[in-house]
Amino acid sequence: MKLLKCPINGTRPLSEFIFGGEWRDMPNPDTSSDLEWASYVHYRDNAPGIKKEWWYHSPSGTWFIAERNTLTDEVLATYLYSNPPATNVEEQSA
Amino acid sequence: MAYQLLKYALGGEYKEPRFFRDCQTPKKSYDAVIIGGGGHGLAAAYYLAKDHGITNVAVLEKGYIGGGNTGRNTTIVRSNYLTPDGVNFYDASVKLFEGLSTELDINLFYSNRGHFTLAHSESAMRTMRWRAEVNKHVGVKSRVVGTDEIAKACPQMDLSCSGKSPIQGALYHEPGSIARHDAVAWGYARGADSMGVEIFQNTEVQGIDIKDGKVQGVHTSRGYILTGKVLSAVAGFTPRICKMVDLKTPIVIHPLQACVSEPMKPWLDTILVSGSLHVYVSQSSRGELVMGSSLDPYEFHSTRSTFDFVEGLTSHIVDMFPFLSNVKIVRQWAGMADITPDFAPIMGMTPIKGFYLDAGWGTWGFKATPISGKTMAHTLANDKAHDLIHSFRLSRFEEYELTGEKGAASVGH
Repeated sequence: MKLLKCPINGTRPLSEFIFGGEWRDMPNPDTSSDLEWASYVHYRDNAPGIKKEWWYHSPSGTWFIAERNTLTDEVLATYLYSNPPATNVEEQSA
Repeated sequence: MAYQLLKYALGGEYKEPRFFRDCQTPKKSYDAVIIGGGGHGLAAAYYLAKDHGITNVAVLEKGYIGGGNTGRNTTIVRSNYLTPDGVNFYDASVKLFEGLSTELDINLFYSNRGHFTLAHSESAMRTMRWRAEVNKHVGVKSRVVGTDEIAKACPQMDLSCSGKSPIQGALYHEPGSIARHDAVAWGYARGADSMGVEIFQNTEVQGIDIKDGKVQGVHTSRGYILTGKVLSAVAGFTPRICKMVDLKTPIVIHPLQACVSEPMKPWLDTILVSGSLHVYVSQSSRGELVMGSSLDPYEFHSTRSTFDFVEGLTSHIVDMFPFLSNVKIVRQWAGMADITPDFAPIMGMTPIKGFYLDAGWGTWGFKATPISGKTMAHTLANDKAHDLIHSFRLSRFEEYELTGEKGAASVGH
């Protein structure tokens, strides 16, 4: 069984989690054009690699960030959005 | 008998001819290059040559033909979708499929079975009525049936699904069929090859040259090829090809898994689908039950398969057919499904001149093989999207004109 580490509840079975998609910078909805907003909503590169993603721990209602390699399914780090780690991904995986 | 067979095998007199030439060295330039030697790419090559007389075409395949999602689907052909655009498109595909064995001179084992989409709730019944009315409106044979008709067509099924989610009715789609999927790729390959198209296996595309927003050529593991037109028909590899031309799309890759049981005597005549139980099942001409489920729940660029999948799928299959509890699963596999937000494909022109997309085929690609080939060939030849695929254009997303196709297999209702 695949496991994932929730920053609040620790290591739990993957079936308790819901994938929330890639984390992306949101443009300001008041100032962005229709095209910029459509690009934010729909367009993404989505080639495999290390991605920052939203994940949700369903039983506890916790949204958090996971840094994951979408080609190998290795999870490099999980943390709360409000509490990013001091080290970056390259240092952690080195 | 054994001696006769050996004599036949070694005799050489009845040697099977190759289906297509074993091309090794590409020419300097082609009128069009098709990336991806699956059903879609090969069908596009076939119709480019047949309908439009464009035969100076190369098909580049990283592995072997039909080894991607063409050979990994559950071979169901149907057109009972939800939107009129979707129904029209898939209906044209079903009609091409019906005459395809004759046209390609290859036995596709195209078998018309009838297709039941089971409804386990009142809201699912409502969707079935909706789909039936849309289908009837555009002339496709679909209707809502009650449990008595389901029981008659498939008396082996426990209509209460072990008491967990009793079946209330179904959408019955008479043209629903299954076919031998690899034969579709091989048939199109032979047809295209005989008209002059060159098929290169084990040939990887490493880059695409763009100058002033226009395609110039393709870098491959067999050298550089000059061309003004490139069609990407690579399903789960679409984001990687799009990255080469710096094109962003809404496509997200999810693995889609399937498995087959050991062979049995024929007992399941129809194709059964349950959106609520996330199951589709049919019995192949070899007697195996071909079973599929919904998408894996998160983005992943791999064709690994999991025990979780088999465990989940078979528990639902046993709910429907308790007598199968001792039957063994003999193979399981996965494909990389290129999922779009509105469950419709992305086909046609792109902002890059000469770069055409046939992508976003998610869980609905095999059934569209002939019509996608035909419409993409038309689009390449005329540099203008075919009318049937207008609503599947890439720009629909920035124009906020999504299709809302909820008839796709992976969608629970």
